[in-house]
Amino acid sequence: MALVEAIILSVLAASTPLLLAATGELVTERAGVLNLGVEGMMIVGAACGFGGAWLSGSIIIGALCGIVAGTLLSLIFAMMTLGLAVNQVATGLALTILGIGLSGLIGAGFVGERIAPAPHLHIPVLTDIPFVGRILFGEDGFVYLSLALVVAVWWFLYRTRAGLVLRACGDNHLSAHALGYPVLRIRMYAVMFGGACAGLAGAYLPLAYTPFFIPGMTAGRGWIALALTVFASWRPGWLVIGAYLFGAVTILQLHAQGWGIGIPSQFMSSLPYLATVIVLVLISRARTGGSTAPAALGTVFVPDR
Amino acid sequence: MQLVLEKRGERSNTIALVSPLIAIGLTIVTMSILFLILGKNPISALGVYFIDPLTDSYSLQEIAVKATPLVMIAIGLSLCYLANAWNIGAEGQFLIGAVAGSWLAVKTQGTDAGHWVLPAMLLLGAVAGALYALIPAICKVRFGASEILTSLMLVYVADLFLDYLVRGPWRDPAGFNFPTTAEFDPVATVPLLVEGGRLHLGAVIALIVVAAGALLLGKTIKGFEIRVVGAAPRAARFGGFNSNQLILLTFAISGALAGLAGIIEVAGPVGHLQPGISPGYGFTAIIVAFLGRLNPIGILIAGLFLALTFIGGEQAQIAMKIPLDVTKVFQGILLFYVLACDSLILYRFRLIFPSRQVV
Repeated sequence: MALVEAIILSVLAASTPLLLAATGELVTERAGVLNLGVEGMMIVGAACGFGGAWLSGSIIIGALCGIVAGTLLSLIFAMMTLGLAVNQVATGLALTILGIGLSGLIGAGFVGERIAPAPHLHIPVLTDIPFVGRILFGEDGFVYLSLALVVAVWWFLYRTRAGLVLRACGDNHLSAHALGYPVLRIRMYAVMFGGACAGLAGAYLPLAYTPFFIPGMTAGRGWIALALTVFASWRPGWLVIGAYLFGAVTILQLHAQGWGIGIPSQFMSSLPYLATVIVLVLISRARTGGSTAPAALGTVFVPDR
Repeated sequence: MQLVLEKRGERSNTIALVSPLIAIGLTIVTMSILFLILGKNPISALGVYFIDPLTDSYSLQEIAVKATPLVMIAIGLSLCYLANAWNIGAEGQFLIGAVAGSWLAVKTQGTDAGHWVLPAMLLLGAVAGALYALIPAICKVRFGASEILTSLMLVYVADLFLDYLVRGPWRDPAGFNFPTTAEFDPVATVPLLVEGGRLHLGAVIALIVVAAGALLLGKTIKGFEIRVVGAAPRAARFGGFNSNQLILLTFAISGALAGLAGIIEVAGPVGHLQPGISPGYGFTAIIVAFLGRLNPIGILIAGLFLALTFIGGEQAQIAMKIPLDVTKVFQGILLFYVLACDSLILYRFRLIFPSRQVV
């Protein structure tokens, strides 16, 4: 029982960065922009988040540093793809390459340092309920924040006028433009939200998941987050399921390595990546009738005057 | 007053020619600022980066050695990108090619196998790279799965597979537990062009690849189809070009070239299989492809230039204690500027002064 509890706790922790980054990217893509730079924004968010927390001694300041770093990088992306109408795929790749380099530069100063990880919630009585207590009431704040964010994004996209306009920009930017909506500005906000979420997701890793920073610690999580938006068919609710599923794969392969079931550890470690490929194939195959992707996803928009 | 982007009547050929140069110029300015922030003298740092490697024969050879895989991979990637197929997993195809070729080298080690070993290794590398690249391509054309994500995921898988091999079954028993195979036999090694130098036969192969790429794109129907499918998908459909077949073809070619580059790297400059055989060649080649404007000759020049930044980066680390990551930052910034400047081929900026128009 204690082992199951430990596994569930670690699955939640492993899923949270995926969920945060994927939620941001979902909003970006719903506005019609494909930002492939999630991995780059996450890794810079991790470096800045750890740096901020290590220098200030505050997890919250660290998280804010991660958010700011991710947002700034996403602004470069917005300038390029919205301002200069550059191909979004190529720009996203550039952002990832730049991010990996930048994070190495920023993080070089505090590799090997440690901080106290983000505190976990503790409500007397409730947290002490056996088994479910720690799972429901004993997580770190980011876990609750990520779930609240999903609900907020769902509410925004489907229950507010602004959300409707944002989705219109993603499905048909020409119509949205014709109706007088500032497509590029709306897309910029969406890209910035995606950047902020990716930065926070990256910061989560050194602030709560492992209390130290190592270069390349995102290890492809940004790319998995991108795959999650496809898995979720761009619907927030499905993101939660997808993220926890992937978190479970990550954690179970780690435990399986510990149980020593004779399979080389490298094969187990490649499971999350292989699972991503398989899930993408299955999801895309099931959807051959019609795509659920935002119709204008990844296309360049230059307003005519 | 407002600054807006406006489509040009036709593409500007002047800007098409100078845009890579403008991009390099802007990158150097940005790097100077970065050097200042790092507390280094920008003039001497830039000197170490871009001038010093050009002044001695060892570094010049080393540039050609580093440019070899970059150019070979980038030629393949340019075909993909021209056809609007996004293979970004060349790094994985490079590693799998290296693994497949090394298999033969490991199996024939210490036997009296003849000179057929190296050609067979190169062939194995190319075939394995092509097959590995076909996985995302088939997932794309058969199931509609994003080739961007699947090809990238397979990079991590290839990396872990190589790691398993050199730590497990292929580890050199006399290698003091280091994760590496034994040094390859001479018949399994790419011969040097000049005795005692660094330059090897791979550089010649890279030049042949450039020529073949130019021939394919400029002189053949297939090359024409590749360009049309990317530039005008609708026209390509009316023309009856099979875009799925072209995705498979361009992925297979680029995978084969990446795999070939991988085995040449292992059987040439490195000499044995080990983790970390690539400082990100597969990703840097993406920059090379764009900096070369997806043109084979342009890619050759761009490959040499980015190879220079690898060498310059290493020297700057030794001479001025500038972190190696600066090279990655440099490459990322360069790609940004290249893409931004390329945008000006099709668009121009215009200042709009508000008149009494309806807002």
